[in-house]
Amino acid sequence: MAIDMAQFHQVFFEESFEGLDAMESGLLNLDMGDVDADEINTIFRAAHSIKGGSGTFGFSAVSDFTHVMETLLDEMRDGRRKVTQQAVNVLLGSVDCLREMLQAIQGGKEVDRQGVAAHQSALDDELHNRSTDGDSSSPPPVKAEAAAIAPASPEIAGWTIAFSPHLNLLKTGNEPVRMLRELATLGDLTVTADLRGLPDLYQLDPEECHLSWKLDLRGQVPASDIDEIFDWVEEDCDLAKQPVFVELPRFDSEPSAPESGGPNEVPVESAAPRPVHARTTATEVKKDEAKAAAKGSSSIRVDTAKIDTLINMVGELVITQSMLSLIGEHFELSKLDQLKNGLSQLERHTRELQESVMNIRMLPISFVFSRFPRLAHDLSSKLGKKIELKLVGEHTEVDKTVVELLSDPLVHLVRNSLDHGIEMPDVRIAAGKPETGTVTLEAYHRGGNIVIEVSDDGKGLDKDRLRAKAVEKGLIDADAILSDKQTYELIFMPGFSTAEKLTDISGRGVGMDVVRRNIQALGGNIDIISTLGKGSTISIHLPLTLAILDGQSVAVGDETYIVPLGAIIESLNIKEDRVNRVVGKGETFLLRGQYLPIIRMHEIFNVPSVRHTKLTEGLLVVVEGQGVRCGLFVDDLLGQQQVVIKSLEANYRRVEGVSGATILGDGSVALILDIPGLVRLANQ
Amino acid sequence: MSQTAESNEAEQPGKKPQASSAQFLSFTLGREEYGVDILRVQEIRSWEPVSRIPNVPSYEKGVVNLRGAIVPIIDLRERFALGCSQYTPVTVVVVLQAHVGDKTRVMGVVVDAVSDVIDVDKKNIQSAPDFGAKVSTEFISGLVSVNQRMVMLLDVDKLLKLDGVDDDDES
Repeated sequence: MAIDMAQFHQVFFEESFEGLDAMESGLLNLDMGDVDADEINTIFRAAHSIKGGSGTFGFSAVSDFTHVMETLLDEMRDGRRKVTQQAVNVLLGSVDCLREMLQAIQGGKEVDRQGVAAHQSALDDELHNRSTDGDSSSPPPVKAEAAAIAPASPEIAGWTIAFSPHLNLLKTGNEPVRMLRELATLGDLTVTADLRGLPDLYQLDPEECHLSWKLDLRGQVPASDIDEIFDWVEEDCDLAKQPVFVELPRFDSEPSAPESGGPNEVPVESAAPRPVHARTTATEVKKDEAKAAAKGSSSIRVDTAKIDTLINMVGELVITQSMLSLIGEHFELSKLDQLKNGLSQLERHTRELQESVMNIRMLPISFVFSRFPRLAHDLSSKLGKKIELKLVGEHTEVDKTVVELLSDPLVHLVRNSLDHGIEMPDVRIAAGKPETGTVTLEAYHRGGNIVIEVSDDGKGLDKDRLRAKAVEKGLIDADAILSDKQTYELIFMPGFSTAEKLTDISGRGVGMDVVRRNIQALGGNIDIISTLGKGSTISIHLPLTLAILDGQSVAVGDETYIVPLGAIIESLNIKEDRVNRVVGKGETFLLRGQYLPIIRMHEIFNVPSVRHTKLTEGLLVVVEGQGVRCGLFVDDLLGQQQVVIKSLEANYRRVEGVSGATILGDGSVALILDIPGLVRLANQ
Repeated sequence: MSQTAESNEAEQPGKKPQASSAQFLSFTLGREEYGVDILRVQEIRSWEPVSRIPNVPSYEKGVVNLRGAIVPIIDLRERFALGCSQYTPVTVVVVLQAHVGDKTRVMGVVVDAVSDVIDVDKKNIQSAPDFGAKVSTEFISGLVSVNQRMVMLLDVDKLLKLDGVDDDDES
């Protein structure tokens, strides 16, 4: 029976990534003192199904790797093993590693064997580390990874091999580098070259081998495997191998080996484990993968309840339709009431149907939020700060597109809060604040918007410093008058950073401007409230969905245009004495002490059949777009309605001053105005 | 031999190697007769009021709602400078599909009347005469004679391109 398994791969990957997310959040939730058996069970189940799935699809690297994790978790579940911070860190690392492996497989790329091997040996070590788990539970988490590698098992956990080839080794056609590479595939290999045998350069015969090596191989490698590699050279070398046990932590015997660098280190790839290096390449790979994945087809998991509602709606719609057609078949005037009833039912059902279809695209914001506990966990240990992350309103639903585009800006904001906002514990205590800083991520609905707030109780923004910095960078004049709000908004200017020194976490001064641009591209805006010494709150307002817009329809001649409701400040009648002319042409209007330029819609859009040309006869709609306010002169306001945004570019092209089109109730097309574009158009 | 004929001959066998004849939908603009590849015709509709697009050439009449899609309407009479047409309920809009890159775009062209579906043997397609810069024949892929009448065959993709519709393609 030949079934194309590839068709199920996508589902497997999606499920696996979900499982990994579940494992990650489970691990982060584990409380060292009081371990919740349910939590471990959840983690175990996720690992188990990934193992099962990958086995089924023949991804043996994944299933082997997961097997080790599973064993470890199984022991924790049975209470045979204590849950230590160290074990959790190793498991978290393994979750990352698994994710990278799966992403590599999904993107059709080579799995990073080196990284996998490093994690695998860390896991193995942890697995055989039963005797020491009680007391070694409190090393600082940053070093945990290295520490986790160090303790060895009571069984064979590795080999120390002294490999000294005879001078004539090369002449027999053997290549030591190749054997070292072969060894590296068995486990984690550290190679130290011994140069003592090297003669002076003028005495050197290039065909003779003067080097000897000290090899440190980690992993449960059977002796026979090592023998096999050296099989061909047994006659031509001195070989001594020694198994490594738990009593011999290898880092002690050769403390500086991996970092020694210099001429002693043989440049065999994959030889020396350098965790830091491996990590950076891994993240680069991750970015590539993410890009590759983003190009693929996107799918969405929908709650069955939502689908059931949808099916119900369609059922109702069909009933209404058959009722209407029954009335239509033998229509008499006496049935007029029935017809009206039927039509209003139809209207209601269609609206409900539309709402529930839109609902399918809505995802809980926890899809974005869920990554932050990990981020906070990693960063707080890296920075040496104590941070508690609170998530509020994770179930708030947002459109899928918004969710996807929101995650990068949010990561940036949360990092900023963790890095710059929250102070070091000693500073906090000195300031009379609790030692542990709190960063809160909150999402809620307000009107037709979703509001997301990132707040911290850290040091807050220093207005004077912001100002001084902006002056120093030449972003503002030294005597510029800025309101508090404007001062805070300085941090959104390109090239602005107040951090005293750059860290690899944040503070390069590219970022906040990008964040703001991204948010604005989504049709939202971003605000900052801050109190020096108390903390800051950054709030993002976004439209719930990108496909529907609240609009005000306005009439200009025979044409109907839609003005986004969010852009409208107010609409008013114009009094003649408030209108001023600038150099005879441009018209301005005085609104509460502010002179606003007037844009006559019929002029810039060349509408022929305009009803009013005198400003006092029509209406002025005061709008704001990208910080510019102006008044749009229109004939009339028609009404507010939600409009479905349609692209003009799909069959046509972009039109200046117009952001899209929509279809009105009567089937005709109305253009949606783009306020910043209109302003540009008017200025030409 | 003009450039259009060359490209025409090069293209046609590639697209439909087995067919030696092709079908064209012919329509009239004033006293001239034009034809478009019938496989590019999506539908024929009657004229309905359009929503104007600001600041575009007058032959781009506006956009209409075609079952949920926003489709531009182009007046071919005005496009070819054959004078303005009066729109009546019998004025016809031919909805055409143009291939731009790997995408299909839909546009409607206003014509005076649709006349016929004509079978044309590809061997009988002549190249468009070259009038130099005086008359633009870029979008005419060939000429064919049907019952002593000359029918100009339009290249839909080039027609759309001339209208600058794909200016900002991927913006």
